[in-house]
Amino acid sequence: MDIRPILFALRRHKLTCCLLVLQIAFTCAIVCNTIFLIGQRLERINLPSGIAENELVYIQLANIGGRPDGKARAAEDMAALRQIPGVTAVALPGEMPFDNGSNNMDIRINPEQHLATLSASQYFGEGVVKTFGVQLVEGRDLRPEEYVDLSDVFVMLANKQYDKLPNSTLITRAMAERMWPGKDPLGKQFYVGAGMPFTVVGVMANLIRPGSNQMNAGAGYSTVWPVRLTLDQGVGYMIRCAPQDRDQVLKSAVEKLKTLDPNRIVLDKGTMEQHRRDFFRNDRAMVGILLGVCIALLVVTALGIVGLASFWVAQRNRSIGVRRALGATRGNILHYFQTENFLLTTMGIALGMVLAYGINLFLIVHYELPRMPAMYFPVGALILWGIGQVAVLGPALRAAAVPPVVATRSV
Amino acid sequence: MLTYYLDLAFRSLKRSRMLTLLMVLAIALGIGACMTTLTVLHVLSGDPLPGRSGSLYYPQLDPRDMEGYAPGVEPADQLSWTDGMNLLRARRGTLQALMTGGMVPLQPAQTNIDPFHADARYTTADFFPMFGVPFQYGSGWGAAEDDSRARVVVISSELNNKLFGGQNSVGKTLRLQEADFRIIGVLGNWRPDPHFYDLYMGAYASYEEVYLPLSTSRDLHMQHDGSLDCWGDGGGDRDKLEQSTCVWLQFWVQLDNPAAVASYKSFLQHYAEDQHASGRFARPAVIRLRNVQQWLDFKQVVPSDTRLQAWLALGFLVVCLINTVGLMLAKFMRRAGELGVRRALGASRRALFGQLLLESGVVGFVGGVLGLLLAFLGLWLVRQQPSDYAKLAHMDSVMLLATFVIAIVATMLAGLLPAWRACHVAPALQLKAQ
Repeated sequence: MDIRPILFALRRHKLTCCLLVLQIAFTCAIVCNTIFLIGQRLERINLPSGIAENELVYIQLANIGGRPDGKARAAEDMAALRQIPGVTAVALPGEMPFDNGSNNMDIRINPEQHLATLSASQYFGEGVVKTFGVQLVEGRDLRPEEYVDLSDVFVMLANKQYDKLPNSTLITRAMAERMWPGKDPLGKQFYVGAGMPFTVVGVMANLIRPGSNQMNAGAGYSTVWPVRLTLDQGVGYMIRCAPQDRDQVLKSAVEKLKTLDPNRIVLDKGTMEQHRRDFFRNDRAMVGILLGVCIALLVVTALGIVGLASFWVAQRNRSIGVRRALGATRGNILHYFQTENFLLTTMGIALGMVLAYGINLFLIVHYELPRMPAMYFPVGALILWGIGQVAVLGPALRAAAVPPVVATRSV
Repeated sequence: MLTYYLDLAFRSLKRSRMLTLLMVLAIALGIGACMTTLTVLHVLSGDPLPGRSGSLYYPQLDPRDMEGYAPGVEPADQLSWTDGMNLLRARRGTLQALMTGGMVPLQPAQTNIDPFHADARYTTADFFPMFGVPFQYGSGWGAAEDDSRARVVVISSELNNKLFGGQNSVGKTLRLQEADFRIIGVLGNWRPDPHFYDLYMGAYASYEEVYLPLSTSRDLHMQHDGSLDCWGDGGGDRDKLEQSTCVWLQFWVQLDNPAAVASYKSFLQHYAEDQHASGRFARPAVIRLRNVQQWLDFKQVVPSDTRLQAWLALGFLVVCLINTVGLMLAKFMRRAGELGVRRALGASRRALFGQLLLESGVVGFVGGVLGLLLAFLGLWLVRQQPSDYAKLAHMDSVMLLATFVIAIVATMLAGLLPAWRACHVAPALQLKAQ
């Protein structure tokens, strides 16, 4: 279809056209960026953790009054928990995935290095790898004889007996790639604190680090250390079992722990899956809000198009009749309005792309977001073209239905 | 005249119901979204202690070692035990308090209540007068109790309601971590938001239930909660925090006038330089002295998601307004014939303009009222969210007024262009076309 007459006709309503183009442009710009933001959140919510999430339950406890025999109590608790039918592993880690509290340390590849290479999270506790279900891709797990009590570590640090500290540690593949790209990390050394060297004995496929803020500095930067904890030092018991046994195991575990020592408080308990859901609840709420605004915007824009198109159709009722009388088919009229809308939407999209880029720059500066990948632009364009065509269909069909006889009637 | 115009406006709005409905709905949605997010932003960026916050200051020092040092780096966020104690004992402000957060197991004497963990604040005596904390019963403690590591405790009114049914519990005993404490005060209604004095417990988190002397908490090895930042070999052994190279305490000082602020600043600078000269501080002496608002800004307490939502809603309002301008233009131009007749019969442009503007004002008013209802619905939805600040999302009179002003001004602005265009229609041309 020849678009020149359409453009010519549009020039008669410059102002309304400009407003419609502007509205489409704003909508396009905001929708592009909102979809991008939704994508970012979904990526975060779906972050792989590297642990057997559907096989884990946890119990966080607090004792009333510090007990001097914390080490023996923890061993007793864990032995009892392992006896529960269905339980495959138990650990008392120092931190837990999808918690906000975390221990972090700066790591250097070279002891003389001024700024740290990266900051990583520290998982303490016996049997963490096995209980969490972390996959080892290289090297070995920590051996029982390597473990040292945390209170002894404090004594060694205070007395500066650095050579007595446990020497071996596990790191994630993400860390290995950051620290020694393309090289075999096994047996390599890194440095912590006042230049204390530690050796990598194993590499884990992945292990997510706790803490919302820390996650932004490398979600996969985690280390596991041969350090044993007491109940006061650990974050709580982690129990691994088959997915279908979780509720039953959790119930029996709490009962068992209460029988062993009635004088304690269960601070929190639950499954790892539910813990993960809670951790990302703000992100999920934000996805809902963004999606809501996106849809509301598109609806408002669509209604605006319907309103203006209806106005134009009503205004041109007579000339449509004349065209029909002169031999234009219903299809011609329909296509006329569809093409008109397509032209206006295209102009809006073109302007919208520039705006979208501007908004993205604003977000980069103020919210430290990454640059929006180019694929979001065509997505936004397609959505708006679609909305435009759907919105204009009603008024355009009404226009096509105008009988030629209208031409002969006076207004 | 006004009633006549209003009558005209209603007639015209009634004539094209669909178009009117669309305009009202667009404005209502835009205003509703905008006011919901702006109200949340307004609530979250509020002043926690109106009238008092301007004279409360948070000193920062940098006791860390040279590792990771770069010129211009901000000093540590919190204080170490040694520096906190030194600043506290110097007594250079009108009032000053050293504090940190924690959790203590609480064993109620009532057998029907299970033992539970209470959020605690370990602080020094000036906390209560400095922050203007109201008391329902009793009072806070004094310097003597701080020095003698007294087993005294102040409890929140919620805890008092829970344990003592709201009765005056002063003088009664509270068992915390297997030790008996004497209740000396029950707080009145006190909840400054954000939780400015210790952001590490969560900026909009729930409030402390028990307040006890810092010295006592250290004496009993009570659990410290919040942020603990260590350097060097400061392993973070929680029983030896007094000697460790870690920062974990918050210090607030009241300075009543600019002269006091200036003199405190120079005192801090001298203190830092002395510590540097003596070799305790490795880094060059850099200090900060921020008041409450500056501290909240620096720590970016208002969640960035909330700001982002406000921007998004503002963008949405703009689209809704452009939409309304377009529709109104279409509506007014459709009536070009009618307007031409009125002009030909002697109505002035001004009169026409006034009438059309009034008509758009009516649309704006109705849209605003509907938008306000939507904002109430939006805030209710926000309150259903799980985040810890959600429950604060309520509209106050300032925002209520702002909603109407924004709604009407926005639509009048939206009506301005269409009305101006419409009343510039040449009457003769319109009459001829008929």
